[in-house]
Amino acid sequence: MKRQKNLVATMIIEHEGELLIDWLEERSRRNTNLMFNSGLFNKEEFERQASDLLKIFTKGLKEDTVLDIATDEWAEMRDYLSELSNDKAAKGYSATETAIFVFTLKKPLFKLLSREIQAHPEQLTNDVWEITALIDQLGLYITERFIKNREEIIARQQDEMLELSTPVVKLWEGILVLPLIGTLDSTRTQIVLESLLEKIAATGSNIAIIDITGVSVIDTLVAQYLLKAVTAARLMGAECIISGISPQIAQTMVQLGVRFTDVSTKANLSDAFAEALKRSGVVVTKRQESF
Amino acid sequence: MEKIPIIKIDRFLLVSIQVDMHDNLALSLQDELLTKITATGAKGVLIDISMLDIVDSFIGRILGSIAEMAKILDAEVVVVGMRPAVAITMVELGLSLEGIRTALDVDKGIKLLNTVLDERENIDGRVTR
Repeated sequence: MKRQKNLVATMIIEHEGELLIDWLEERSRRNTNLMFNSGLFNKEEFERQASDLLKIFTKGLKEDTVLDIATDEWAEMRDYLSELSNDKAAKGYSATETAIFVFTLKKPLFKLLSREIQAHPEQLTNDVWEITALIDQLGLYITERFIKNREEIIARQQDEMLELSTPVVKLWEGILVLPLIGTLDSTRTQIVLESLLEKIAATGSNIAIIDITGVSVIDTLVAQYLLKAVTAARLMGAECIISGISPQIAQTMVQLGVRFTDVSTKANLSDAFAEALKRSGVVVTKRQESF
Repeated sequence: MEKIPIIKIDRFLLVSIQVDMHDNLALSLQDELLTKITATGAKGVLIDISMLDIVDSFIGRILGSIAEMAKILDAEVVVVGMRPAVAITMVELGLSLEGIRTALDVDKGIKLLNTVLDERENIDGRVTR
């Protein structure tokens, strides 16, 4: 076992240059329509990455007794692959293109193997199998990292969207407004509710206007959440006014049997604001018009 | 044993809960507060719970019943300074403290009590006249 593994490793070290050229060739042949046209492919970059990968690959082959990249001996390889997939994801490569980077190493490697170990056919079969399994592992790993990376990006964007979509705005001393836009689901409504209550506590506002002009659909669940927000705000010592209920929503709500009892509702935000000003004892007067 | 101080300010009683409420403490607070209302003839009670992190269903219910009992003794109760997280929990537990006045802080609570009591006096005045 040991002897055979060293053989592969020494072989790769000896023929590193040749392997690299073959790898690049193989790579260019397989990607003519994908990479070169999009202008993403960079020859120098590929050569650098390929030779780095080969170095770490040989190092791993030398040290490892078991060809399994989950072991500690392959930690360096795993780190390098993660870094590589990060880099590729950031540059806009697809998952296939990232995986092909590793898989294209197969052909030149097998070519080399079949040439060098022709004398021992039984060992050739064994070696080819082991190396195949190893490169498959590498390819799978890099793809997995790539997907994980993308998922992280998606999750981060989702968080950002949630934050962006729930602003609580101070309209006047003691008056907050929460403009809701888009579709309300339970996660979003909960975040909205929490940020509203936090803001009430932080600013010491007596009145909060929840404006649902931008909400297209309200079902019983969302109505329930809104009522919860109103009750929680009341418990803290703030009143809520719900504004911007469209005629359609008013109809569906009555048909669904949703009642906004104990909550003042207004047709539009300006009415709600006027009501809020009235409740806080502020009088707005028009100055005498000047001509 | 822990005790929650009840302070008389002007015509109000101020209760500031600054320790974790457990069931016995809540019950003894209820008892002491009601006794104090009768003893001082206070017309308003402020319960400050801004230091309270957790309110369970029992404490929530006690707060509700204290308010109701005080009302029978002719005192208005204002619960002040409930934290957002506590408010959410209370709503989820179905404790909306119907009929209890709330305010954001002690200052606003005193203002609210003053308005309520002034209104009440005016109405009472009209009736007796």
